[in-house]
Amino acid sequence: MNRKNRYNFAFIDEDAKREIRRKILKAVAIPGYQVPFASRELPIARGWGTGGLQVTLALIGPTDCLKVIDQGCDDSVNAVNIKHFVQSVTNVKITTDTTKATLIQTRHRIPEEPMNENQILVLQVPIPEALRNVEPSERQTRRMHAEGDYTRLWLYLYEDIVKYGDVSIGARYPVLVNGRYIMDPSPIPRWDIPKLHMAETLFIFSAGREKRIYAIPPYTDVKPLEFEDYKFCVEDFKGKQCARCGSKGVFLDEIIDDETGKRIYVCSDTGYCHKVASKSKRKNAISQNYQYKTAGSAG
Amino acid sequence: MTNNIYNPYLIREDEKLKGLTEPYVSIQNLTKIFGPSCPMCIEQTGPEHETNKCCTCGSIVALRKISIELYPNEILGIIGESGSGKSTLVRLLHFDMDVTYGEMYLDPLILCQEVIDHTKKDIFTLSAFEKRKIRNKLIGIVYQNPYMGLKMDISCGGNIAEKLIEYGWRNVNAIRTRAMELLNRTEVPIDRIDHSPKTFSGGMQQRVQIAKALSTNPKILLLDEVTTGLDLSVQAKVLDLIKKIQEKLKITMIVVSHDLGVIRLLATRTVVMKYGTIVEAGLTDQILEDPQHPYTQLLVNSQL
Repeated sequence: MNRKNRYNFAFIDEDAKREIRRKILKAVAIPGYQVPFASRELPIARGWGTGGLQVTLALIGPTDCLKVIDQGCDDSVNAVNIKHFVQSVTNVKITTDTTKATLIQTRHRIPEEPMNENQILVLQVPIPEALRNVEPSERQTRRMHAEGDYTRLWLYLYEDIVKYGDVSIGARYPVLVNGRYIMDPSPIPRWDIPKLHMAETLFIFSAGREKRIYAIPPYTDVKPLEFEDYKFCVEDFKGKQCARCGSKGVFLDEIIDDETGKRIYVCSDTGYCHKVASKSKRKNAISQNYQYKTAGSAG
Repeated sequence: MTNNIYNPYLIREDEKLKGLTEPYVSIQNLTKIFGPSCPMCIEQTGPEHETNKCCTCGSIVALRKISIELYPNEILGIIGESGSGKSTLVRLLHFDMDVTYGEMYLDPLILCQEVIDHTKKDIFTLSAFEKRKIRNKLIGIVYQNPYMGLKMDISCGGNIAEKLIEYGWRNVNAIRTRAMELLNRTEVPIDRIDHSPKTFSGGMQQRVQIAKALSTNPKILLLDEVTTGLDLSVQAKVLDLIKKIQEKLKITMIVVSHDLGVIRLLATRTVVMKYGTIVEAGLTDQILEDPQHPYTQLLVNSQL
């Protein structure tokens, strides 16, 4: 039997897709609000990107071009398997180039290259509730969101500042969306938080295990929580650059070389790093070729 | 949000204009029934039946059609035995639980525009959001059990900060300055601002609660058996502090106690409760020197 005919296009049935699309529409209509949805069973385990995958499958069309990244990496096990699965049930094009992709599914990073209005970024979310650290009860967190009662989260930041001199949250930094709902931006680093503000792209966050979808529509006000005298700041990479492509002003991963024990930094976004590296390689090759030719003609 | 400079006298101008004649808070027919409740609940309970448990449905009638008025700058004492509904009354006024039925009106002057628009509306019918706003702006509470009023997993300063943050303060240094000022006022050592209240003595925890309650300059302070469980010397200190605060800040207070000594010391007017009903009300001296109701007489006579 042909593999293509074994499943519906994009694996999940049309009713399920419709349900997810409706929930996405609601999430877009109320920026930052967590919309419950009937999360389906998928051939990957809960907590491995089932939320993001369901949104991807509900949105993808035959002409789409898909990119999947896992903490910025195009070639991690999670990203490769999701890409392989989506391609087997849709036969869409797969790319590692952010600018070429129409649909990007990501885990814990936003690509370095700026995205446009024709692209959708789907983020996998492990814990959608931004208030979970301060309130274990779902009923209470729903009440707190409804009433805009975010005192306890602010208090959490205050206590952090008093204890450590600054807010110690690295990833999952809470943001206020459209001046109304506080939202968990999934465990993206602080570096990526400013990219959410007034972005051209639609961001859809989906948690399969927790059965929640929420979104940031294009051109939406997204502000990280900050006190007047303790402002939000991103990770500091001053004086550091990627050891592979030489990029500066990008989010870098720190790697310790086993042999030399040296600390090196490389781009977290591998697609971007590869693009920059191959461009500079080509540039070098062209200039070398030019030098060779000019040397040859002179000879 | 503006971080108001603390000036307790500034907010009293409205009362001078008003002539202090209108009640701040007017409560009418306040009833709270725990349980399914039935039409017989009110009829079958109260002092005349010597019970607050409805024999038809088994519900507990904690409060039966209570009507009280609270005037500016006064301290209203509420006294009664355990289970008479004193604490329930205070918690309903702090919106900690929903009323079964009853109405509450606030003076439009204290319920100023910046708090809420509904100046002539029954406060109990407002949304949870609006009630929270009123509570943050106008009401402070000190519970009998510090574990109810304070979060023991955060610092003492954090507990005070909670109320200020809820009120809209977003400046860490301003919050800490205000917390220190309040701790100083309530005689809690400032160097313990970053310690958890669970490491404090009972009296100190109560003082931190008072500091927290005062942080947003409330117009009404609810004190629910603040001295219960404290030894006599600490009790005296806490009562002395409350007295000083009232004299200086002229805050309207409701003091709930089953200790006549506390009521005698603090309250200007007293209400005696039994089985969820007010059995006697009047000036404190009058109630304590010339009690009319047999239950009040019993209370006064049983004083050691």
